[in-house]
Amino acid sequence: MRRLALVALLLVSACRPTSAEVVLSGPAGCAGQHADGLTPATVRVGGVYPLSGPASAYGAVAQGVSAYFAWANTRGGVAGRQVEFLVRDDGYQPARAVEEARRLVDSDRVFALFQTLGTPSTAAVRAYADRRKVPQLFVASGASEWGDAAYPWTIGFQPTYAAEARVYARHLLRTRPHATVAVLYQNDDFGRELLTAFEDAVAGTGVQVVARRGYEVMDADVQAQMAGLAESGAGVFLNVGTPKFAAQALAADAAMTTWNPLHLLNGVANTPSVIAAVGPAALRDVLTTGFYKDPVTWETDPDVRTFVSAVRRHVPDADPASSQVMFGWTSAAAFAAALERMECPSREGLMAAARDLRDVEIGTLLPGITVSTGPGDPYPVEDLRVFRFGDSGWEAV
Amino acid sequence: MSARPATGLRAGTGHRRPAVGQYAGDRRRAWPYPRTTLGAAAAGAVAVPFLVPPYPLHQVTLVLVYVVALLGLDLVTGHGGLISLGHGAFFGVGAYTAAILLSSGAPYPVTLPAAGLVAYGLGHAFGRPAVRLSGLYLAVVTFAVAVAVPPLIRRLAPGGAMGLPVRTPGAPSFTGLDDDQWVYLLVLAVAAAAFTLMRSVIRSSLGRALVALRADAGAAELLGIHPSATRAHAFAWSAVYAGLAGCLFTWTTGFVAPESFTVTLSITLLAGIVIGGLGTVSGAVIGAVVVTFLPAPGLVSGLALVLVLAVAPHGVTGLVRRAPAFLGRRRP
Repeated sequence: MRRLALVALLLVSACRPTSAEVVLSGPAGCAGQHADGLTPATVRVGGVYPLSGPASAYGAVAQGVSAYFAWANTRGGVAGRQVEFLVRDDGYQPARAVEEARRLVDSDRVFALFQTLGTPSTAAVRAYADRRKVPQLFVASGASEWGDAAYPWTIGFQPTYAAEARVYARHLLRTRPHATVAVLYQNDDFGRELLTAFEDAVAGTGVQVVARRGYEVMDADVQAQMAGLAESGAGVFLNVGTPKFAAQALAADAAMTTWNPLHLLNGVANTPSVIAAVGPAALRDVLTTGFYKDPVTWETDPDVRTFVSAVRRHVPDADPASSQVMFGWTSAAAFAAALERMECPSREGLMAAARDLRDVEIGTLLPGITVSTGPGDPYPVEDLRVFRFGDSGWEAV
Repeated sequence: MSARPATGLRAGTGHRRPAVGQYAGDRRRAWPYPRTTLGAAAAGAVAVPFLVPPYPLHQVTLVLVYVVALLGLDLVTGHGGLISLGHGAFFGVGAYTAAILLSSGAPYPVTLPAAGLVAYGLGHAFGRPAVRLSGLYLAVVTFAVAVAVPPLIRRLAPGGAMGLPVRTPGAPSFTGLDDDQWVYLLVLAVAAAAFTLMRSVIRSSLGRALVALRADAGAAELLGIHPSATRAHAFAWSAVYAGLAGCLFTWTTGFVAPESFTVTLSITLLAGIVIGGLGTVSGAVIGAVVVTFLPAPGLVSGLALVLVLAVAPHGVTGLVRRAPAFLGRRRP
């Protein structure tokens, strides 16, 4: 009886009707590849963003992505395919990000994960994407580890934190070759990567890191760290914090009359919420870096105009002046470029296309910056420009 | 606890026929078809992975994981009448033990006993001093454990706040099963073994002593039962169940992070077992469904909890048990 049951069990297990994956049978060279969620007329894509929780300000990125796909759909879709974009909330918690990614892939049957936001969530989803062989494209995090060849299904987008640190170092070596630098950094992979790369870049030069203070994400504020850094009397202050803490540091710097260093604000913290929280007076002469057009500064640019009108029309509750929305739009445009360049209509084909983008121009990237990948170059955008905060907005230096 | 007057067991508390009442006779109403139900449940559980698509199967697997944890919590709370707010922490410690072993290359069958052992040690270490005092102190001590564990994981465990992705058990090729089906069957096997073991523990002298202590600690002590040793043992065993469930959680999700095991999980587990029905196996199952599908703690889940307790003070199980008799009475 028991043996009979076991045989029956094995027979049943051979036919699990609901798990049938879409496997290509042709054309030659594409046979055997997987194409769940992709038809000749549609493509289903899913993204996981912190729509709630401490990092919910970044949720605006999803609005920019939605606006781009809605805009592309009215123009006939991407390479003839209507894009269906599903957005899920992980509250900036890696465990929830994995759950949502699993739901997107197993239950909603998305073709690819387009964007997970934040280093912790992306790292958590990466292992799952690798196991299920699902593309995890153009993630919204600047950690260098997204170029790791051990995870062929994950690829980053923005310049790495290390690249950003090198830009600050280059700028200082050019403008203040004997500067002393005080660093406030978030004590996790993000903060440590930027700090380490900066120290490596200035090693052996006249620029010296004279003080560094770390904080934990759970900390209430950074007052104590700022007081410690002020004692160093350094000429330059490198602010490597996420928005909430970077804003506290900006406010503390503005309030201290005895210490007036050149303030370098890392790109992650350059959000509309930070600018609104501390006000333009505290930001005057602060430096930061960027790689896409700020919607306010580039108001008259035709691509930015398209962006603003598309956002107003398709995602009315989004703020078209927000750089986060612009970031989402720009990365979605890069995703569309990869979709258009697929040779095989499959997950494998999408990854191959994303890893072979040759100087793709996107209208909302800064002039001279392109999306470019290839064998041995897994980093799509690598260039950054330095900006200074003038009277009311960022101005090129 | 010991100061409570001897009220004995009230009829209809929803508890399983306690061993204490074996000879005195138990006139409480019980579910009339236990064998049929058990058989149907077992057959259904084995058929599930072949009928259900991957994502719902993942959720059913999680339900089984929480069943194991709640069976353990029920030993302390349902049968022992003590409140533990620390089972989320033991669950997390089990999950992290398994994850660390897996990422250092250990084969997955090793991780299950390892997680159980670590949880047993911790359960003894924290339960022994706390249960000597009255029941409320156990709640406070275990609450402290639940609060302390996530920051400790963040500081000490590999991965820190970022969490730790690990490989999940892969199906041996001769079975022809998908990986998620294999994990489900593994979890089902562990849950079935845990259920059987718990049944025998409850019927053992330890289980009877525990129930006697809950009913009247003074009388039980006069009978020669050692209160603190009995409770400490029960607490450690219950921690083992939480640790094993944590290991199964790691097998199922392939990812652990400190914020998955906060004090919220402990409270959700306790709420789950209370809603399901204390002192019963079906209570653990219903509670596990609640834990898996309960939305993040907030207004809705809080109100739902209050509502359930107002309508069914003995949990869903107590409500269902009364149903056949209730229907029978209606018939002419």
